[in-house]
Amino acid sequence: MSGFARRLAGFPWREFAADAFSRVFLIAQAVCAVHVVNAHVCSLAVVTGPSMLPSMNLAGDVVAVDRVSARLGRVASGDAVLLISPEDPRKPVVKRVLGMEGDAVTFLVDPGNSDESRTVVVPQGHVWVQGDNIYASRDSRHFGPIPYGLITGKVFCRLPLTEF
Amino acid sequence: MRGPWSLLRGSLTGALIGVTINDRYASFVTVHGSSMLPTLECHPAKDRALVSRLCLDTRFGFSRGDVVLFRSPTDHRELMVKRLLALPGDWIQVPSAKEIRQVPEGHCWVEGDNADVSWDSRCYGPIPLGLMQGRVTHIVWPLNRIGRVERKMPEGRVMQR
Repeated sequence: MSGFARRLAGFPWREFAADAFSRVFLIAQAVCAVHVVNAHVCSLAVVTGPSMLPSMNLAGDVVAVDRVSARLGRVASGDAVLLISPEDPRKPVVKRVLGMEGDAVTFLVDPGNSDESRTVVVPQGHVWVQGDNIYASRDSRHFGPIPYGLITGKVFCRLPLTEF
Repeated sequence: MRGPWSLLRGSLTGALIGVTINDRYASFVTVHGSSMLPTLECHPAKDRALVSRLCLDTRFGFSRGDVVLFRSPTDHRELMVKRLLALPGDWIQVPSAKEIRQVPEGHCWVEGDNADVSWDSRCYGPIPLGLMQGRVTHIVWPLNRIGRVERKMPEGRVMQR
């Protein structure tokens, strides 16, 4: 028993603790760096669904999203953007911006069934987003123009998921 | 005497850790307007408040009566502080329009405590929860106003889902 206690006392606790702390700190720094890049510079997202056909695959795409442009307000009509759904704050969706604030947007109310169209002026601070596949997309035609603050990034690169 | 590269690396590490803590755990905000009087003041000194970011995880834990920080729906660069009165599905009475509105899915209703000067959901309607940036939990400056920011609900205006 006393032999065990002596071995325990002889263990280099201080060096062990210092070594463990420096390794944990290195991991913490790496996690912080990943968070900063992911949240403020560039991020990856997996998107699925039919609402952006034919631009994006039904089975899934990996898209690279530029966060700097969105934060600086450099999003314009025609850009595909990643945004937080106004119907569920936990769901990120990809849609295309068709109108910025002040623009008059004309859209088909029910494209599969009728030719009726409507024109809406986008209010200040909002954008009009639509999926490229208007027959299978839930977008501003249903929930109205969305505040610009819901846009989290601009899509600049796309890779099909099947290539991984 | 360590060289300048060591100082640069140290400050870069500090900045990374600081930004991560600011985004994920807690942050500070300065109050500029008087829409939240008497809870938050800007005269004679601007209140500085602690914002908790822990509520922004996947559970999105906001309660009715919380004071919340969010991006303005009319200008994404501006942050606003108001009290959250109603969650999705609730019915809220809007006194000026003498009507009762239901808050849609994914949205919430925010109002300032100082109703006379506050520009809030009574003007621009319910806002998406995706604009939320945190919950104001404490006032940290000036020293004579340090304390918790309490959860409060006005009587008889909100019917919960």
